[in-house]
Amino acid sequence: MIEKVIFYVFAAILLLAATLVITARNPVHSALSLVLAFFTSSALWLLAEAEFLGIALVLVYVGAVMVLFLFVVMMLDINVSVLREGFARYLPLGALVGVVMVLQMLLVLGSAEVDLASLTATAADAGAAETNNIRMLGNVLYTVYVYPFELAAIVLLLAIIAAIMLTHRRRGGTKHQDISAQVRTRKEDRLRMVRMPTDRNNDS
Amino acid sequence: MTFEMPQFALAAPEIWLGIMVCVVLIADLFDRGGEGRIAFLLTQLTLLVTVWLAFSTHWGGAAQITFNGMYVSDNLAAVLKAASAGLAAITIGYSRDYLRQRELLRGEFYLLVLIATLGMSVMASASSLLVLYMGLELLSLSLYALVAFNRESRVGSEAAMKYFVLGALSSGMLLYGMSMIYGSAGSLLLGDIMAAAAAGENRLLMAFGMTFALVGVAFKFGAAPFHMWIPDVYQGAPTAVTAFLGSAPKVAALALFLRLLAEGLGDLHDQWQIMAIILAVGSLAIGNLFALVQTNIKRMLGYSTVSHIGFLFLGLIAGSNEGYAAALFYAISYGIMAAGAFGMIILLSRRGFEAEMIDDMRGLNDRHSGFALVMLLLMFSMTGIPGTVGFYAKWMVLQSLVEAGLVWLAVLAVIFAVIGAFYYLRVLKAVYFDRDEAPAPLEAPLGPRVVIAANGGLVLLLGLFPDALIELCRAAFGL
Repeated sequence: MIEKVIFYVFAAILLLAATLVITARNPVHSALSLVLAFFTSSALWLLAEAEFLGIALVLVYVGAVMVLFLFVVMMLDINVSVLREGFARYLPLGALVGVVMVLQMLLVLGSAEVDLASLTATAADAGAAETNNIRMLGNVLYTVYVYPFELAAIVLLLAIIAAIMLTHRRRGGTKHQDISAQVRTRKEDRLRMVRMPTDRNNDS
Repeated sequence: MTFEMPQFALAAPEIWLGIMVCVVLIADLFDRGGEGRIAFLLTQLTLLVTVWLAFSTHWGGAAQITFNGMYVSDNLAAVLKAASAGLAAITIGYSRDYLRQRELLRGEFYLLVLIATLGMSVMASASSLLVLYMGLELLSLSLYALVAFNRESRVGSEAAMKYFVLGALSSGMLLYGMSMIYGSAGSLLLGDIMAAAAAGENRLLMAFGMTFALVGVAFKFGAAPFHMWIPDVYQGAPTAVTAFLGSAPKVAALALFLRLLAEGLGDLHDQWQIMAIILAVGSLAIGNLFALVQTNIKRMLGYSTVSHIGFLFLGLIAGSNEGYAAALFYAISYGIMAAGAFGMIILLSRRGFEAEMIDDMRGLNDRHSGFALVMLLLMFSMTGIPGTVGFYAKWMVLQSLVEAGLVWLAVLAVIFAVIGAFYYLRVLKAVYFDRDEAPAPLEAPLGPRVVIAANGGLVLLLGLFPDALIELCRAAFGL
């Protein structure tokens, strides 16, 4: 009973936070709502006894990714009003399509043929034998799932290559130091002796 | 879950591609002055070896499944991998001079093509929803980066942004569908899903997931009404990228359909058939009618892609192995035609000039009759005129439709093919009958000229002697 109450409270907060991410006017508020959404979903995972995933979500996303994200959002001067042009214009149509889709999905999932309770039962059986979340993950990650795991590594490599390719560029006109040229420089390169006529010579 | 040592030798094409990605990445670092020459040559070598490896590892014998059920090695995988690697090799054969003239020539271009090919290979022998998705992401992410390759171009960036947002949306749809399928079957492995579908467990929930998965697949194909990104992306991307984007990934999208919907959810065929019919008819109508009014040839070819995808879906509708073989043949032959058509645009462009309007094709016959002949072959093939490979592709699809008793669809397809003939022949009118007042000399260097001649020759050769390729496609489905 208490689990259900906790679930519904966190689920409600999660939905609220997710809505705020896309509706908040200030991008910083959006990013902070996203942090809240991550946090509540990690709590939901803890509730489902997936402790490792819950903690990893907080450590990786809230701890590292979102902090970077917040920095980027704060650095950029985003003009939100331009981004929101047309939002109100397309809202009625978008809302209509959304409502129809949700209704259709509810009709399918709510029908008697779909027995959602049986699905949760099978999922619970799978995890019953071994309760230690980290041990289960460790057993399968590099063995059963080694192929997708290696593919994920290549996806990350691809992300690095693509990001560097798209952002790194040689800019002309930037001034940068060439230390070795500075060290190797000689007196003749920098110093020019100029013989100036003096007043005394002019007089005589 | 018990663990068996995987048979690594069965994954030789992927392992080879993965190693060569790293080799090209390092080799390109030591080739600063060479304008990516080493990367280019290594990539071509890698792709050709992949074609050979695909056949030597997968071809012949019964299907073998390894990596704990996630990797399948069968004839279909061999054909799909060889086709995607071969098409990639043809399309990047055109790219070097185009990229050099626009100061885009960097080793990363070839690296991204290589990673995209790896993604296509992964999809071709995926036997698990997770692996299928990983392969798709490898392909899509490299394509997004390739479309944005020219950072200075505003249309290029806009196209990349559109492609990225719609691609992410479609991936989301696909993932949502996959999660529902996983929920109803209780397994990510396509074999288990097939068994669950046959047993009729949670059939409604599985059909619910299948609907979303089909939408995701249709997005990746560019079938109407999910075709919105195609014209803009084709037009905005650098033509060398469009050539790649328009050919090999269509084979990969077919791989996604065949593995996920034909194999895994084959038992739900009666459920997805009607949706596939809507997609096919919509694509034929929208593709052909919108292509009629285009003046930009890249856009026109974009809409023509949509119509060809419609034809390809007609082959899938029947749900029989004959139909799938016809669709496979169609995808491969369309890939060859599209590679040639975009290759032609690349060759006619020169420094500071993009030959992307149909008017730019004016008087091509006077400038170079060989190029005009290749263009004639390509356009005839896209129309489906006998003597070219496009005829047999359409013929096989129509045959499978008639066998499945869907004569009305076959009639509709032929009507739209006739409408489509108009805009292909309009290009040929410009090539042969219009005059260019100030014809510019053709600057294309020898290498791409050889490739385009081979490409045009392939269209003609496969049109005259299609038996070998047809047999290959039929053998892929055990016919």
